Amino acid sequence: MPDNKKLHSVAALFNSVDEIISAAKKTTAAGYKKFDVNTPYPVHGMDRAMGMGQSKIGFVTLFFGLFGAAFIFLFMWWSFAVSYNIVVGGKPFLAVPAFIPITFETTVLFAAIATVVGMLAVYFKLPNNSHPLHDTDYMKAVSGDKFGLVIEAEDKQFDKAKVIEFLKGLGAYKIEDIYYPEQEKFRMFEPKFLLFLAIVAVATSGLTYVTLNKLMYITPFDWMDFQSKLTAQKGSNMFANHEGMRPPVEGTVARGFIPYPYKGQPMPVEVLSNPTIPTKQILELGKGKFLTFCSPCHGNFGEGESRLRGQFPVGPTLHSDKIINYPDGMIYHIITNGQNAMPSYAPQITRHERWAIVDYIRVLQRAQNAKESDLKAVNKESVSNVQN
Amino acid sequence: MSKIESGYNKKSLPNSVSKIGGTLLAIGLLLGIAGFLVDSYRASYAYLVSFIFFLSIAVGSLFLVALEYAANADWSTPFRRISEFFAASLPLLLILVVPLFFNTSNLFLWSHAGYVHGDKMLEAKSAYLNTPFFMVRVIAIILLWLFFYWMITKNSRKQDETKDQVLTKRNITLSVIFIPVFAITITLTAIDWIMSLESKWFSTIFGVYLFAGVVWCSLAALTFSAIKLKENGYLHSAIKEDHYYSLGTLMFAFTAFWGYIAFSQYMLVWYGNLPEETFWFMQRWDGGWKFVSILLIITHFIVPFFGLLSYEAKTNVKRLKFMSVWILCVHFLDMYWLIMPGMSRNNHAYSFSWIDFVFPLVFIGILILVFNKMAEKFNLVPVGDPKLQRGLNFHL
Ligand code: HEC
Repeated sequence: MPDNKKLHSVAALFNSVDEIISAAKKTTAAGYKKFDVNTPYPVHGMDRAMGMGQSKIGFVTLFFGLFGAAFIFLFMWWSFAVSYNIVVGGKPFLAVPAFIPITFETTVLFAAIATVVGMLAVYFKLPNNSHPLHDTDYMKAVSGDKFGLVIEAEDKQFDKAKVIEFLKGLGAYKIEDIYYPEQEKFRMFEPKFLLFLAIVAVATSGLTYVTLNKLMYITPFDWMDFQSKLTAQKGSNMFANHEGMRPPVEGTVARGFIPYPYKGQPMPVEVLSNPTIPTKQILELGKGKFLTFCSPCHGNFGEGESRLRGQFPVGPTLHSDKIINYPDGMIYHIITNGQNAMPSYAPQITRHERWAIVDYIRVLQRAQNAKESDLKAVNKESVSNVQN
Repeated sequence: MSKIESGYNKKSLPNSVSKIGGTLLAIGLLLGIAGFLVDSYRASYAYLVSFIFFLSIAVGSLFLVALEYAANADWSTPFRRISEFFAASLPLLLILVVPLFFNTSNLFLWSHAGYVHGDKMLEAKSAYLNTPFFMVRVIAIILLWLFFYWMITKNSRKQDETKDQVLTKRNITLSVIFIPVFAITITLTAIDWIMSLESKWFSTIFGVYLFAGVVWCSLAALTFSAIKLKENGYLHSAIKEDHYYSLGTLMFAFTAFWGYIAFSQYMLVWYGNLPEETFWFMQRWDGGWKFVSILLIITHFIVPFFGLLSYEAKTNVKRLKFMSVWILCVHFLDMYWLIMPGMSRNNHAYSFSWIDFVFPLVFIGILILVFNKMAEKFNLVPVGDPKLQRGLNFHL
């Protein structure tokens, strides 16, 4: 018997269920606390025979279940109702009924995973998942057709000789000493196990893929993928011209893009007056559109400092006296119609947005040519801002 | 077998049981007749609510008996008789259904030829929804249930004397046939009696919804009676909290199941947002009905779910008794919520009436009286059942 090894427990084997239940009862009665029973299948009534209380794992399940529910609900609330609103099926952004199935699934998922992981963590003291009982003759017997009981050396009243005597008295047909392994093994990190995990991962995802994408689509199960319906960009025999898509009715105009009557004509300034009032909202809109569409050629402040670095005729400054004195309608006309090298922006920018750009250009011009009085007004405002 | 016999002595239930049953029945009958005289329209709806409640317990209990046989369960054998005795009320359905037959014109719009005429949808449905076929269906379904009730319980009782194991085998066969029959008939019952109150409404999950409630309340009736009878020494002495725990687990499971089904039905209608489906829920959100709907969610799901969640709750006899009575009341509320809004065809506001609450007295009285009668005649424990000993030994 090796002396350098640390004793973990003494294990006894029994032949029948009745024996193991009565053994468990007697061990409990004898006052042993740290003992365990291993059986090849769940034996009803064992918990009570071993004098075990209710497992506390239920609280882990409850906590993580509720946590999962709260987490996913807040997550959906934040992403759909707060951060990025998308209308789905005409439902409100905070569509509680639609969230419930996902909340339910996540509750179950969190609760289940937490229960399994929690149980493994407590039982195996993860990450060290090697248990001294592993790979013993005892364990082989109880995963076959025998019933086993182990009394651990950590128990307060453990006395090896007495325990062996006691177990013999219970009718054990075989008694075995169980030692801790000489060095702790982290079996979880063994390459064999990791390889096994990887293979399982690949195999299950592959199987899932084949099942969900191939097997389930064997004819006639096409899941309505093929329907006799009109598809965009596809031909169809339903119409005389064999085109699936119907051209819009003649004269159809996209919203916000009503055709410009002065296309290709010199400026009709008189008729074009700015319909917008330069509110903060309009200016913000104008700024956004200007930065998107105009700034590459005319610079971020309309100063003509092109980012194109000569790859295209540099857009001139918008702070020239000429432009400052242009009526709003003229700038609008240039955006809509284009001018020489500058193309028309009518297809990209709606009418309303074009006027907003004009308003914003006026702001840029004012800022470039600020007068003393403007500075005062600005100062006043910022001072009062500071005071507030 | 000596162990079994020492634990159970057959004795009749105390006189107070039949007194309570008789009083409930008498008061209920008087008030019920008064109800029909005062407002026969409302009374027919109120009667239907209680009728379905009664039917739930009767046929649900038969289902529990069949389930035990089909699953070859032994833990429930010691109190299977309780469910058998509740199912013993099934034959009375043939009589109790008569007042409803006389009031089909009050209940069902589709029974009015003038209403159906000219309505494409109702004309198409009239092949199924017409009064003669309706009555034939109802009677045929009750007779089917009766057939299985008689066959199964006859074998079960015979076994008390003969202890013949072949009878168990026969009952397993019968039960396995009964379960799909039950699935179809309970669906038809839900469609005929409840869904067709709104002639144009449809929900394909409706039968499952009723099924969930039926099993739920039958379990509650079983649990309550089992604990009460055991406490007073009418059952086998070896029944213990492990048995109660299993009953509690089943009630808990069906709480969750009902929630699942009820929500599935609601969510699909809500998502589809089709007027021909949504109006049914809108009716139950109109006027005072909104509060009944909210009450139903709280009492039918939230309270029993948390009330039965823990291990302690399921082994605590007091809690189980309380929850079973609660469940019985809430199943009545559920039937009320399903049926009564159909009554107010134009004005959906909730209106209270005493008539709604007199018929439960009749039906509960009948259940008690029939149970009492059965307990007088037969053993409350199936003493000849080969599974009984295993059932009594049941451990968690
Ligand atoms: C692809 C580069 C480019 C973009 C983008 C561009 N422009 Fe121009 N823009 C030019 C060029 C080049 C000219 C000079 C055209 C000419 O030679 O008359 C010009 C001329 C102008 C003029 C007349 C200037 C003058 O002195 O005659 C105005 C006003 C103007 N652009 C406004 C805009 C606005 C507003 C936008 C945004 C909607 C815009 N541009 C976008 C290249 C651009």
